[in-house]
Amino acid sequence: MIDLASRPIVLPGELLASNPKVAGSGTYIENGRVYAKFLGLLDKTDTSVRVIPLKGRYIPSVGDVVIGVVREVTGNGWVVDINSPYQGFLPVTENPEMKPSKKPNDVLDIDDIIIAKVMNIDPKMKVTLTMKDRMCRAVRFGRIIGINPARVPRVIGKKGSMIKLFKTKLGVQIVVGKNGLIWVSGDRRKVNIVEESIYIIESEAHTDGLTDRITEFVKRRKGELNGK
Amino acid sequence: MGSEEIRLIVDGKRLDGRGFEDLRPIKMKVGVLKRADGSCYLEMGKNKVVAAVYGPREVHPRHLADPIKAVIRYRYNMAPFSVEERKRPGPDRRSVEISKVSREAIEAIVMKELFPRSGIDIFVEVLQADAGSRTACLNAASVALVDAGVPMKGMISSVAVAKVDDVLVLDPMKEEDNYGQADIPFAFFIRNDRIESIALLQMDGRVSRDEFVQALEMAKRGAMRIYEMQKEAIKTKYITESEEEVNEVE
Repeated sequence: MIDLASRPIVLPGELLASNPKVAGSGTYIENGRVYAKFLGLLDKTDTSVRVIPLKGRYIPSVGDVVIGVVREVTGNGWVVDINSPYQGFLPVTENPEMKPSKKPNDVLDIDDIIIAKVMNIDPKMKVTLTMKDRMCRAVRFGRIIGINPARVPRVIGKKGSMIKLFKTKLGVQIVVGKNGLIWVSGDRRKVNIVEESIYIIESEAHTDGLTDRITEFVKRRKGELNGK
Repeated sequence: MGSEEIRLIVDGKRLDGRGFEDLRPIKMKVGVLKRADGSCYLEMGKNKVVAAVYGPREVHPRHLADPIKAVIRYRYNMAPFSVEERKRPGPDRRSVEISKVSREAIEAIVMKELFPRSGIDIFVEVLQADAGSRTACLNAASVALVDAGVPMKGMISSVAVAKVDDVLVLDPMKEEDNYGQADIPFAFFIRNDRIESIALLQMDGRVSRDEFVQALEMAKRGAMRIYEMQKEAIKTKYITESEEEVNEVE
């Protein structure tokens, strides 16, 4: 069920409002008027006007949970590819697995995958990561699914509803990186269902009633598994 | 040039039957390249061009990166098969100039400060050329940038005006460009259905001051029509995607 009327597509430069106070994300203000900054869906309420992007590269913010791939090992840390125009750097001090007796490449080597958090971004967009958080770890098993970073909020769902759905109905472990990479671990067939659901969410992110449809889809597939 | 007796205006119409302010048929398709962040295939008359946008992404070589804003690279290139006499591959002086002025037009609208130390690459290939390829390329590049989700102040629409047989005509074709008296490509920064400023302006030939002002107004009208088509092409892509999903679910 689509309600494009409630979320119309807007193009860069479209005038959204004449009151600068309602300007939300995805907009810019010039001469007291609010315009769309990029191609996206317009989310207009009485108090705020924002544009939800349909596409775009992942730009890191402090506090984001990301999944990265180690590209280089240096004496004082690891250079991590976080699927962004900007590389991340994980200092040795921020990796709890690192002990003074070990060498950096024994703890994390090239092409290793980690779940990390963005700790700091300096004005020149140098991104520093940390693994000192409950969610963070080196990923040694499971599956990584890559999607368009702009669709990640939809995969998480309102207040984490989508993730909760996967966890409770299918019993899988799942961590969604803000940079478009998602780690899923569990029974292989259940992980397959999660993967298919994620691709459906990615392609239908801008439609309504998605949570219900995915719930239906998961229920159906789970039933097929048990029915065999 | 003037001694040849080529009549470009016959019975008040141009050689291809168009009126003085008629654009050539334009066709646009958005998102044609799966690997690019944004892309657009565009036909303007016999011109066929493809634009691809990559970015923002890391700049290689690193020393070209700007610590406070994104670096925009625009490459206009004509394929060897795009013209009758095979064009040798690689940039020539004309391509370099067109790339430069087009890049400056794009830089006027892209919000570069949002992506320091990164780059946005725009590649436009001319597959078939027939006068006005640079305007076709800019139109395609603008659509491709929107498709890529790059933050911009608005869009760029581009069209040329030529003076042939002492008459100003919009969107010249090859014969009018070759045998005309002047060729003036324009590009405008358009926002919210309004032309905000001129993003590109070049001229080849001679016109009087009044003729120039007239050409500017004619170009603005033509550019607004192209802008409508650009918007239409982009919105169509997303509306058809949604309709397909409705059919799948039902």
